[in-house]
Amino acid sequence: MPSLKDLRNRINSVKSTQKITKAMQMVAASKLRRAQEAAEAARPYSDRMERVVGALAANVAGQEGAPRLLAGSGSDQRHLLVVATAERGLCGGFNSSIARAAKAKIEDLREDGKDVKILCIGRKGRDALKREYGDIIIDTIELAGIRQIGFGEAQPIARRLNEMFDADEFDVCTVFFNTFVSVVSQVVTEQQLIPVDPAANGEAPPDLGGAIYEYEPEESEILADLLPRNVAVQVFKVLLENAASEQGARMSAMDNATRNAGDMIDKLTLQYNRSRQAVITKELIEIISGADAV
Amino acid sequence: MADKVTFDLVTPSKLLATSEVEMVVVPGAEGDFGVLAGHAPIVSSLRPGALEVYENDKPTERYFVSGGLAEMVGDRLTVLAEEAIPVSELQADDMAQRVRDAEEDVNDATDEDVKARAQERLDHLRDIQQVLS
Repeated sequence: MPSLKDLRNRINSVKSTQKITKAMQMVAASKLRRAQEAAEAARPYSDRMERVVGALAANVAGQEGAPRLLAGSGSDQRHLLVVATAERGLCGGFNSSIARAAKAKIEDLREDGKDVKILCIGRKGRDALKREYGDIIIDTIELAGIRQIGFGEAQPIARRLNEMFDADEFDVCTVFFNTFVSVVSQVVTEQQLIPVDPAANGEAPPDLGGAIYEYEPEESEILADLLPRNVAVQVFKVLLENAASEQGARMSAMDNATRNAGDMIDKLTLQYNRSRQAVITKELIEIISGADAV
Repeated sequence: MADKVTFDLVTPSKLLATSEVEMVVVPGAEGDFGVLAGHAPIVSSLRPGALEVYENDKPTERYFVSGGLAEMVGDRLTVLAEEAIPVSELQADDMAQRVRDAEEDVNDATDEDVKARAQERLDHLRDIQQVLS
């Protein structure tokens, strides 16, 4: 049976924890609004970009001399997984669900005898994966300290992926991230970045009725410019979706934590009052029986 | 003239327009071209210039686009612009700033090829500036 003083201390400590979680929830809520707006505003562009590129990919598929970013390197032996997570924890299952999906994929690929490498975006993903797969993590890109994700953050990552692909370091690149659906729902998503997957957006490529695209200027020139940009746009989308999902996940996790702390305070307060009453009753009994004895 | 073109104008930061229109004049890299319903499939990169939306043979809306890509498939025209601003919201000093930036690009360019491209861009911007003022 804890003493009255112990109970009082515990109530105070839970109260200060509750203040922290409450504050974190409110900070996440205000960040969420901005992140959500940014993510939703960027969606049409990346969706349509994907559609345009997908249509082009379906068109040149199987043709001689198609750009490598479109047609692939002709093999699918070496896989690069880009695992995009948050920089910080305390956001519910956000980081662990991404890590779990990535792990399942790694095991699948390994069973098929493929080579796997990992590139982490965000510290938490590396922390979750490094014990089991530390030897295949090639690098971690940290985005700590960036308040608002801009296209400028996506470009170096995309450039790096393009350079690695040009240097023939991998054949297929897949990215893992959370798609923001709503505050309480974020869906772990797996998207193939390189080579472009024509069926990725679930839409059948448009039927050209046998017609061929006209290109202005030349096909190769447009594709040479468009494909690397598409990678950058998709990476940008991943970062934005992740930022919004992280804040959403943190907000609901902190909301839960605040409510749990409230329940705990109620329970402890009840226990505290009961023990205090018991002490008073005991003292009264002692006094009365003492007076009787005289 | 019953057929319409489904026209989408998007930039990385937002969806500017999505509507059914009669004709769109796109500033292609190798010259302006008009897109009507039933246009052959085409993919073209854009140069800085004015994108015009036509309704009943009259221009109804004009956008300044700084570059990007246009794709026409079936009856759907998708313009992926790096940046697009309705001409009505375009400010003269904003334009002057762009011209200055482009001038700097030309001066900073070390590569002949890059310099030629920057010069081309600057010329386009100057043209637009003249039309506006």
